[in-house]
Amino acid sequence: MKLLSAQDWQAYPGKFIALWTDAQFAYALYQPAELVATPLVEGAYPALRHKGAAWFQRLAYDSHGHNAIGAADTRPAIEHFRSADGTAPWPEFASPGGEGVHQVAVGPIHAAIIEPGHFRFSLRGEEVLKLEARLGYSHKGTLALMRGKSPRLAARFAARISGDATVAHSIAFAHAAEAALGMTPPPRAVYLRAIMAELERLANHGSDVGMIAGDAGFSFLDARFALHREALCEAARVAFGHRLMMDMVIPGGVAGDTSSGGATAILAALLALESELPSLTRVFEDYASLQDRVVGTGIVSPALAAAYAAGGFTGRAAGQNHDARVSPGYAPYEHFGLEVPVEQDGDVVARIRIRLAEMTESIRLIRDMLANLPDTVIAIAPPSGSGSGLGVAESFRGPVWHWLRIEAGTISDVFVADASTLQWPLVEFAAATGILADFPLINKSINASYSGVDL
Amino acid sequence: MVWKTLLQHCISQPAAPRRQDPAAVAALRQRLAAAGHEKLGRSLAIRHVAAGSCNGCELELRATQNLIYDLTQYGLSFTPSPRHADVLLITGVAGDNMIAAARQAREAMADPVLVLAMGDCAVDGGVFKGSPAIAGGAEAIMPVDLFVPGCPPAPAQIIEGLLALLEVNDILPARPVRGPR
Ligand code: SF4
Repeated sequence: MKLLSAQDWQAYPGKFIALWTDAQFAYALYQPAELVATPLVEGAYPALRHKGAAWFQRLAYDSHGHNAIGAADTRPAIEHFRSADGTAPWPEFASPGGEGVHQVAVGPIHAAIIEPGHFRFSLRGEEVLKLEARLGYSHKGTLALMRGKSPRLAARFAARISGDATVAHSIAFAHAAEAALGMTPPPRAVYLRAIMAELERLANHGSDVGMIAGDAGFSFLDARFALHREALCEAARVAFGHRLMMDMVIPGGVAGDTSSGGATAILAALLALESELPSLTRVFEDYASLQDRVVGTGIVSPALAAAYAAGGFTGRAAGQNHDARVSPGYAPYEHFGLEVPVEQDGDVVARIRIRLAEMTESIRLIRDMLANLPDTVIAIAPPSGSGSGLGVAESFRGPVWHWLRIEAGTISDVFVADASTLQWPLVEFAAATGILADFPLINKSINASYSGVDL
Repeated sequence: MVWKTLLQHCISQPAAPRRQDPAAVAALRQRLAAAGHEKLGRSLAIRHVAAGSCNGCELELRATQNLIYDLTQYGLSFTPSPRHADVLLITGVAGDNMIAAARQAREAMADPVLVLAMGDCAVDGGVFKGSPAIAGGAEAIMPVDLFVPGCPPAPAQIIEGLLALLEVNDILPARPVRGPR
């Protein structure tokens, strides 16, 4: 970590990832894994001008009351300011001026089986001029609950930051704890973690692609991909004892080895998916009325993606080639020569193409890892030391970062940046490139997590 | 032509067997016939509200609709509008920021309403129990008829729970018998 003066802090160049504060410092994280800090002065720090910083500065105010001096955007991010009777005032949603502009309010409860959030659209006719998301509905006080616990106990919260990325968050958390305590997990655990992470990626990529098609009224792909998701979840249950593989990754290793039939179950699910995937892809590419809905829809331009240093498939669909498995990189991916697909158009179809390409790569990775599984113990006990550490893992939606400070074996401070924290602003921009009826497709194609930012 | 591609797709794939245990399905259906039919005719509409979940429960809830579990075969389906719903299914801890909206959804439903709390979070706050930011489970904000624990409960357990809800509750009126006009 580099300690910077206020001027150097503001002038620091680099691709911004995250910002947070603790009692003494404001921290900023840059690619690939550069951590800098500046002291808080009377609970405040100079605002950063990076596009992505605004959300984090709003979060820092909501959770600790720390001010970003000079910040243009000081709206609350997740704080609802409820009064004693439980009611909360609606914030002011500014509308762009002009004739015929009106607002449409959606949520917090949405039509489908998804998490809560409020969307305020400013429209002219069908055209979306502006979207403002009000989040915080899934706020559970997760970070506060992690403080004061041992890394092993706190891992249960890390696993529940965003259930669809439970493996990735657990890995990032374990990486942070292991960095803080100076320990190296055994090789077999590292491989098993990666196998679980790739299974999670496959399950989510597939079912999301299916659901986007379903949202466009083409339920065939939805049904087929949901079936593969089911097979993958069942294989995960056979292999690891839990369909989502929750609580399997722990600081120091993994909680259990694969069962005797585990590898066979996983390979069977992979084979079924692999044999149907080319054909499903062809159906997707060939269906004109589906293509009509997804081509040119919900554009995140390469310039915007670069300004936000967007990660995940959202960034890779818009010219960014960042993947945390490669840079900064973590074990065991260095042994497997990961291919990172990149597209340029930044629309819904580009994001789908990236995800389909990543599925093929994940299938290969899992097979290679299963075939080369090292024969070691699966976990070592974390020592009761002190230190601070940073950890990252590439979830299906992008990088998730965990930062921990551990004092005498107990977590004294923690911060978690889900990929969604940078992606929600991109959802707002992408929505404003289309019509209201396309929003479900756009939203699903980026699939930012609500729980992952509401914390 | 997508139809050609689709056809090609279908003949290129071996028909996969459905793997949901047929005995379990038969048993569930029988229970449904005994309990649900006379109370509700042939359908029960569910409105799901996520009240501070980690989204794990939503994944498994969605899985109840896939080709293996096929929730609709029991006459159970999800509806976007609370006004069309018989069951309010709550996931999540009942976070303070969702209390008002969850209660509004309950109020928008026509009585009688069955409330099901799904997942450890909705049962009592789950791992988040004790957090100052949450009410701690669905029952802290409204009366609950049935709890389905699990983190998250598997799709088969969720369906079990929904059918059990039909069995144990007599609050729903019997299916109206229409006389001749
Ligand atoms: S019960 Fe478990 S899976 Fe369900 S929302 Fe809570 S933490 Fe997530």
